[in-house]
Amino acid sequence: MIRTLKTLAMVAACVSFSGILALSIWTIAGQPAPVNLPQLLSENMARSGVEHPVTAVLLNFRSYDTLLEIGVLVIAGIAGISMAKTASLEDPELRTSDSLLYGLQRWFVPLMLMLAGYLLWAGAHRPGGAFQAGAVLAATGVLMRLGGVPMDFLRPGLLLRLGLVLGFTVFLLVAVASVIGGDAFLAYPPELTKPLILIIESVLTLSIAMVLLALFVSAPVNDAEDPEEGSS
Amino acid sequence: MTAPLLYALAGAILCGIGLFGLLWLSHLLRKLVAFNIMGSGVFLVLVGLPQHQGGQDPVPQALVLTGIVVAIAATALAVVLIRRYYHLSGLTSLTGEPASREGAPE
Amino acid sequence: MTLWLMAGLLFTPLAWAVLTLLTDFAWGRVVTWGGIVVQVLVSLGLWLAVSRDGGFYYGLGGWEAPLGIELRVDGLAVTFVLLTAVVASACGFHAGVYIDPDKPWHRYFWPLFWFLWSGLNAVWLGGDLFNLYVGLELISLSAVGLVALGGKAAALRASLRYLLAALLGSLAYLLGVALIYGQFGTLSIAGVVFWLEDHPVPAGSGLALALMVTGLALKTALFPLHRWLPPAHGIAQSPVSALLSALVVKASFYIAARLWLELGEPLGNLAAAQLVGLLGSAAVVWGSWLALRQSALKQVVAYSSVAQIGYLFLLFPLTYSVSESVSQQAQQGITLQVISHALAKAAMFLAAGNLILSTGSNRVDALTGVSRFLPFSLFSFGLAGVSLMSLPPSGGFAAKWLLLQASLGSGQWWWVLVLLTGGLLSAAYVFRIYRASFLENSETDEFYHPSRSLEVIPMVLALMAIGLGMVSEEVLSVMALPFEEEGSP
Repeated sequence: MIRTLKTLAMVAACVSFSGILALSIWTIAGQPAPVNLPQLLSENMARSGVEHPVTAVLLNFRSYDTLLEIGVLVIAGIAGISMAKTASLEDPELRTSDSLLYGLQRWFVPLMLMLAGYLLWAGAHRPGGAFQAGAVLAATGVLMRLGGVPMDFLRPGLLLRLGLVLGFTVFLLVAVASVIGGDAFLAYPPELTKPLILIIESVLTLSIAMVLLALFVSAPVNDAEDPEEGSS
Repeated sequence: MTAPLLYALAGAILCGIGLFGLLWLSHLLRKLVAFNIMGSGVFLVLVGLPQHQGGQDPVPQALVLTGIVVAIAATALAVVLIRRYYHLSGLTSLTGEPASREGAPE
Repeated sequence: MTLWLMAGLLFTPLAWAVLTLLTDFAWGRVVTWGGIVVQVLVSLGLWLAVSRDGGFYYGLGGWEAPLGIELRVDGLAVTFVLLTAVVASACGFHAGVYIDPDKPWHRYFWPLFWFLWSGLNAVWLGGDLFNLYVGLELISLSAVGLVALGGKAAALRASLRYLLAALLGSLAYLLGVALIYGQFGTLSIAGVVFWLEDHPVPAGSGLALALMVTGLALKTALFPLHRWLPPAHGIAQSPVSALLSALVVKASFYIAARLWLELGEPLGNLAAAQLVGLLGSAAVVWGSWLALRQSALKQVVAYSSVAQIGYLFLLFPLTYSVSESVSQQAQQGITLQVISHALAKAAMFLAAGNLILSTGSNRVDALTGVSRFLPFSLFSFGLAGVSLMSLPPSGGFAAKWLLLQASLGSGQWWWVLVLLTGGLLSAAYVFRIYRASFLENSETDEFYHPSRSLEVIPMVLALMAIGLGMVSEEVLSVMALPFEEEGSP
């Protein structure tokens, strides 16, 4: 009885939250915004080095956001592999011997790799880009792992850690290189903007795929114990 | 009523649903799914509201993309933590038999 | 010169995060020492540059707001950057000795530590609402990673709770940001303030501020949203607890305070300001009371954080529709409270770590007789306690003195009661630890002696917390520097 009442109270609270929010959205939608950012954006598109506005925002105008966002992804990856305590990340129980999956995999893996490459390339002028390509690449890895393809680079060694931070490192080096040239942090030299963005996108794709794959693989299953401080 | 405004209003509803799940459900995976529902609601508001009058606006689209990556990172980390927590304690919620109760002697 | 300093400040922590990820714990320690030196020098240089020439806006990537992201480098921001450099390097040095280098997963401590530091700098300097969100997530995820490091069930439980609270708080904040962007078409705080200066407040904008402040209050662990904090801060390794209590909770409070000071007057209202103040007061009393009743040493310190965070939220009522001078006093008092609590609480957690190392137990009763063996760490703990109790001449006293004046100046005398009660209760929980340590018990005479360097670090921090009271004028003068308006939108 009490639980029902509590549930009802909680439902009422959440419904009224939605209601107030919707009302506020409705009110705001009725008024024009004072700053016209899309127009400002289109005026500066020529200087951004790419044709697609979303990619321009992500990798040029607001590239600091993207740099920190990749940092967040790397943190998740680090925290994830810090949970895995075994020397090997192989988990035989996770492997499937399903012959259908085997058959599919032979068709899907090359197709998905190609799709990832296409998404990366398409990012310059239409929807697509590093994250989408990285996600597809990671999905390919997941499929391969489920099919039991050995992937030694996923052991928590130096190679895995290098792969995790490769994209982040390149991005960071480009960011600081502009300072040595006397410019602001993250400012690309105008004549190199396009190739730099392309390089950053490509290495980011690899690293994003690596982080996602590492997080999938490192979900831990062993019994390592670490005494809490002062508990003995 | 334009399509973007409809997205924003739907986002408001999703926010309410997600909030309910986050606060009320006790299973950790359900909480995590609720977080993602609420996150989608927020993203819908973020991308829908500015495009209601201004037309195409790439800035919120880029912001949502960044937000999604952050949400994925957080979700993946949470899944790893939940899985290890389950493995060690056999619990799927934070309300179950506690390992060290708040305020109680350990 | 400032260009180089800014780049150094942004680049070093991120670069060192990468470098330390590629090494093991022992090498990471050496590499970290180098990074700490660079980061402290850069922070100090930037602080000197700003205190000489005044603040400025720094457009990242050469783009100005609202198109790009601008960092706001002013007196307050560089003061916190310097504070972070001091506290984080102390925790870094302590952790290098304190943490067991033989556990393979401890190698991940350093990269998470550096990512945390870079997130803190991003928040202090942030002038863009969405960028602040990314900075907050950078902080939250690395903090959760640090709490969970080691992966015992109890630590995972605490870190999961922490993670869920932090994520909910971030989402509420982001929802507020979405509404602000929909309303004003810009993400730059300065841009919104600039527009509001000569336009009437548009309808429906109060909810955005309310959502952002609520989300941030959850991340700062304001009563009654504080329940995630004590388990997380109590169970983490001591240097991590020190970082979390001293700096991480301050980051979300800092954003809430900035938003309130810039947008509170047009978008907020009196009832909300008083409500936040009331919750802060409740946190002071309830947190101190619970701290008094804990049996685990680190839980005492963690609940003391809940109480000390409560004082910070007195900023809201003390700056809403009051005279300029009262508001200034309140802001200065809160700034001193943030700095002195950061120093004192870091000292306290590090000293508590030493005591735990020495007695081999986290229980308050286990401290029996420790006063004969570890007077140095116990003394640091007590000195930090002096600042928390806000006795003169500590920084805590200077902070509460300003808050007292601001309360009386604005006629809101009821906050004075909170300040007095809080001081008495904190004296009670600090003395309880002391009492336990001075009791004599013939059974336990075996104590482990931590290395001297572990004991010196909390002492230095505690002395700084005490000394802050004597140099508060100088510290506050940098904060109130005129802001160079060049480059503002």
